[in-house]
Amino acid sequence: MLKILKYSIYDLLRSRWSYVYFTFYLILGFVLLFLNNDINKAVITMMNIIIVLTPLIGTIFGVMYYYNSKEFTELLLAQPIERNNIFLGQYIGISLSLTLSLVLGLGIPFVLYGLFKSAAIFDFTLLVVVGSFLNFIFVALAYNIALSTENKIKGFGYAILMWLFLAVIYDGIFMISLMLFNEYPLDNFSLIATMLNPIDLSRILILLKLDISALLGYTGAVFKDFFGTNKGAMLSFLVLCLWIFVPLFRMKRKLRKKDF
Amino acid sequence: MPKKSKMIEIQNLHKKFGKLTVLDGLDLTITEGGVFAILGPNGSGKTTLIKCLLGMVIPNEGKIAFNDSTILRKWDYRNDLNYLPQIANFPANLSVIELFKMVKNLRPKASKEQELIELFGLEGFLNKKLGNLSGGTKQKVNLVLTFMFDSKLIILDEPTTGLDPIALIHLKELIAKEKEKGKTILVTTHIMSFVDEIADEIVFLLDGKIYFKGSVDQLKKETKQSNLEHAIANLISKEDA
Repeated sequence: MLKILKYSIYDLLRSRWSYVYFTFYLILGFVLLFLNNDINKAVITMMNIIIVLTPLIGTIFGVMYYYNSKEFTELLLAQPIERNNIFLGQYIGISLSLTLSLVLGLGIPFVLYGLFKSAAIFDFTLLVVVGSFLNFIFVALAYNIALSTENKIKGFGYAILMWLFLAVIYDGIFMISLMLFNEYPLDNFSLIATMLNPIDLSRILILLKLDISALLGYTGAVFKDFFGTNKGAMLSFLVLCLWIFVPLFRMKRKLRKKDF
Repeated sequence: MPKKSKMIEIQNLHKKFGKLTVLDGLDLTITEGGVFAILGPNGSGKTTLIKCLLGMVIPNEGKIAFNDSTILRKWDYRNDLNYLPQIANFPANLSVIELFKMVKNLRPKASKEQELIELFGLEGFLNKKLGNLSGGTKQKVNLVLTFMFDSKLIILDEPTTGLDPIALIHLKELIAKEKEKGKTILVTTHIMSFVDEIADEIVFLLDGKIYFKGSVDQLKKETKQSNLEHAIANLISKEDA
């Protein structure tokens, strides 16, 4: 598996898109710091972008890599390597190289701006950790979709729909249901609904750490009560891990039966 | 002459793709040593059979044993075989030499690619990107990748596609040489003169089953034809009648 991982990373590091992505974060970091003139504010703006963008890029990269390396994968399948290891190696390769772009692209401007001397270092670390989680989660979801869909165009379509659902539509449904049922106690419902969407969960995790939960009103207090505690934070990270392992487990099962 | 040992034993192999039945209870035994030509009309399941053997296609039912042990859900047995895929598609942004290095790295086994690169005249292409090669050159790269390792079983799916006459002669020599070393070679092709020249035995597939298995002479005798092409045509048309 390590060999496959090495070649996937090697292959991706030669690809133009990894650099485009890296440069994008680099410019974004510099621009935000320059405009906000304050690390804390820049972290918040950054969060809003990362929460939506990393899932999108992870999804597109995952699907694109799977379909583009199909022939190569077939060559590998005829070699003495276990099936699972081929795909696991590719998956980790993509996720790692995306995470590398994210960490370096954001890290360089923030470090240059004096991150280590600022109190925002914990918030920033949390932001990067959550961003990395989102990379791993959405590449795993994208790989699942690509493995189950022979047709490239359909695969792309489903993957984008998945992103759109989790990033936009889910929140819409969530809001509408909160409004429709606002006569009922919704504390637990909203907690669970937040847990079930990795994007929402990441957003809440960061918001609460940033101490702007006071803006969120009563629900904010409920969330703070739950996610703000160590137990809540642990549970949230556990759920984020589940969001990686459940798709990986499904991928493994799918591979047992797949024909190439 | 000592009895040859079994290399591959396939029993009651079934494979369906959706509603389409491709392999329908196929039984086949391949003994060690010699060139076996797997023939059959388009869509008769030749490639599916080979991919089952490689573990790329998972059969619905049946047993496949390689050197007396089952291959289902195994992978290490693939170290003892070389496979030439039908369509040579490689990652476009790798160069030829990088591809060779990579496959060598994945298969830590003695290889003799230098000799083969010279044989097929690929020296000038080593630093070219695979995406820029012509179909025939890609097929030569494909052949080098297949023959560079020393394995007991060699599987060739349509090896002649796109080759020029000189490369074709080299390929035949290569197959003859490997055969002399006691290797088992499975070939699928539609070029009958090629079969006539190299094959020891013919396995004819029709409707997902083995329709005929025997030597070229046996086939000619059985169909009362002196020409292999006609003998095969005769086999197919007999089925239709």
